[in-house]
Amino acid sequence: MESIYLDHAATTPVHPKVIEAMLPVTQEVYGNPSSVHQFGRKARRILDQARRTAAKSIGANEKEIVFTSGGTEADNLAIIGTAMANKEKGKHIITTNVEHHATLHAAEYLESTGFEVTYLPVDETGSVRVQDVKEALREDTILVSIMMVNNETGIMQPIEEVADLLKDHQAAFHSDIVQAYGLIEIDVQELAVDLLAVSGHKINGPKGVGFLYVREGTTLASLQHGGEQERKRRAGTENVPAVKGMEEAIMIILENRDAYREKYRSFKEQFLNTLTEESVNYTVNGSEDKCMESIVNISFPGTNVETMLTNFDLSGVAASSGSACTAGSVEPSHVLSAMYGKGDARTVNSIRFSFGLANTEENVKEAARKVSQIVHRLSE
Amino acid sequence: MKEPKDTRVVVGMSGGVDSSVAALMLKQQGYDVVGIFMKNWDDTDENGVCTATEDYEDVIRVCNQLDIPYYAVNFEKQYWDKVFTYFLEEYKKGRTPNPDVMCNKEIKFKAFLDHAMSLGADYLATGHYAQVRENDGVYEMLRGVDHNKDQTYFLNQLSQDVLEKVMFPLGHLEKKEVRRMAEENDLATAKKKDSTGICFIGERNFKDFLSEYLPAQPGNMETLDGEVKGKHDGLMYYTLGQRQGLGIGGAGDPWFVVGKNVEDNILYVGQGFHHDALYSDGLIASEAGWTKGEAPTEPFKATAKFRYRQQDSGVTVEPLEDGRLKVTFDEPERAITPGQAVVFYDGDVCLGGATIDTVLKEEEAVTYVG
Repeated sequence: MESIYLDHAATTPVHPKVIEAMLPVTQEVYGNPSSVHQFGRKARRILDQARRTAAKSIGANEKEIVFTSGGTEADNLAIIGTAMANKEKGKHIITTNVEHHATLHAAEYLESTGFEVTYLPVDETGSVRVQDVKEALREDTILVSIMMVNNETGIMQPIEEVADLLKDHQAAFHSDIVQAYGLIEIDVQELAVDLLAVSGHKINGPKGVGFLYVREGTTLASLQHGGEQERKRRAGTENVPAVKGMEEAIMIILENRDAYREKYRSFKEQFLNTLTEESVNYTVNGSEDKCMESIVNISFPGTNVETMLTNFDLSGVAASSGSACTAGSVEPSHVLSAMYGKGDARTVNSIRFSFGLANTEENVKEAARKVSQIVHRLSE
Repeated sequence: MKEPKDTRVVVGMSGGVDSSVAALMLKQQGYDVVGIFMKNWDDTDENGVCTATEDYEDVIRVCNQLDIPYYAVNFEKQYWDKVFTYFLEEYKKGRTPNPDVMCNKEIKFKAFLDHAMSLGADYLATGHYAQVRENDGVYEMLRGVDHNKDQTYFLNQLSQDVLEKVMFPLGHLEKKEVRRMAEENDLATAKKKDSTGICFIGERNFKDFLSEYLPAQPGNMETLDGEVKGKHDGLMYYTLGQRQGLGIGGAGDPWFVVGKNVEDNILYVGQGFHHDALYSDGLIASEAGWTKGEAPTEPFKATAKFRYRQQDSGVTVEPLEDGRLKVTFDEPERAITPGQAVVFYDGDVCLGGATIDTVLKEEEAVTYVG
């Protein structure tokens, strides 16, 4: 039985060219980029080059890129680092209740140390209202953190409007762009954000690497203490091979952006069409015209997530509920709860399918047929 | 009969050594094995660690060693509704319930079995010490070969439609053999301590646990003649035949719980392990279940257990017209406790069981046992 991977929002296969790029670095470039000898310089050159590529990908300058161990660390550094550096200016933070846990739990941690956090709701389409952000803003607000694309639903948030709203406010604006980066064009010369968090492994790069964009002039306290790497913002010897791999991944995705988007759009369409042809009872969660091509979150009335995902896996289809698992048991999705209210059936009968390089037209349709069979069998 | 490789067996895995070895054996026999962890209770210990998370981690480790898929399923709501609510209700009535019997009947071999079947399983396996044998299309449940670990007492409510779908791979093994297999195969759980007590209480103090859910009503401790001997902390904290925690000093034999008066909130105590009030010669039981399906209509001789890990005693079982059972003992029995299960055997075959409602002495109901 061939297994079909429809969970690219969780992580992606590493592109062969990425491996190719990393291999010689792993084999030969073992110097410490901070060292003052030629071995160190060789490693440092790789970092510098990658930093330029990362910066260019969003229209930033090199000094504004901090390499991290991934998206979670980038979010934590942005949120906790900003709060710690600006606590004299105020203790109020605004975010939404559909953020990734890397943001939500960082915010909760800050609450426990005396910060005040406003969690904005979303409407049924999955979007935050700009008006709500405006109303929540206070004089002592020091940070607003809103993700660009939701990892469970694929819904895009009105980041530009929020950025514009914040132009004349002291609050720093952070956006987790982990799910958007690469596919959505981002230019920090146009978009008035101060901080952006990116992960390498969501764009066919290696795991354990990511970066944070920090606009020049944004004050940030470092969370990790030690050496003076990353201009004192992130201590610890850089993961040079992984950074090299991420650089390659960035170049590949930027080059193929339009083709990928078109491909994933067509995968989504074929997946949904197949479900319809197979007479499956389903609804798509969130507004379809504000949704990323690569993600679709589907509610199957009358089913339950646990039984569905287990059955999918046993028949070779890998998807996820998008929500957190504790002791393996699935908690109702906090994102869908925010959209539809706690206790709504959709919070426990919805599955996230996400498309990427592991997919072909054929395996997407095949997966949809398997999903259909299981849904029919379980609703007998 | 399908080949093992085409036969899917879902193994209920708790993270303990028994279910780990059950999965190991099935895998060695070539079955299509799927490990599933069942979460029935939401619990966090004093260090903020969820005990279920730790157990599931062990399940994951073992399943990865065996190279079988693993999943978890949540039955907290069903467990609360079907088992825990019953447990509390019984205590409120002054009885001593057996939540494990109810858990097997309502959760493990009902909700969980249904879940396993919805995953395309042919069988559900667990690490229980019991055996199933087919005899002309009739499934019999037999005691585990290790009589000291035999768990048929807790499984007495399983019926034919369940028994035809279950496997107990450990039934023919001694516990020490199971440990040995776990160690030989270097299973992650090989050295893990066996769990004790009621699953949702774990290692905690029973009294503290119960007091979180039921209000304790302290009252008098009296002899059956009405002599006040002290105070009790709440009837639910005591069970018949218990010696510990009474705090009655003085000369002579130690004191024991011999009965409860729920209406007047009195705990009856008596002196001596063999106090006459603790002995009875029969009982009435309800909610009978028969493993072979058909309920008996005529009186019959059998052996019985009135609590777990007790030697069998000879009894005569008489089905009453209202569906209840009258059980007469060959010899007087000590501390028969309402709420506990009475389980019947014919040799090694577990015939079924019922819940003890009334204790009889010379054909009369004993009124002081609650």
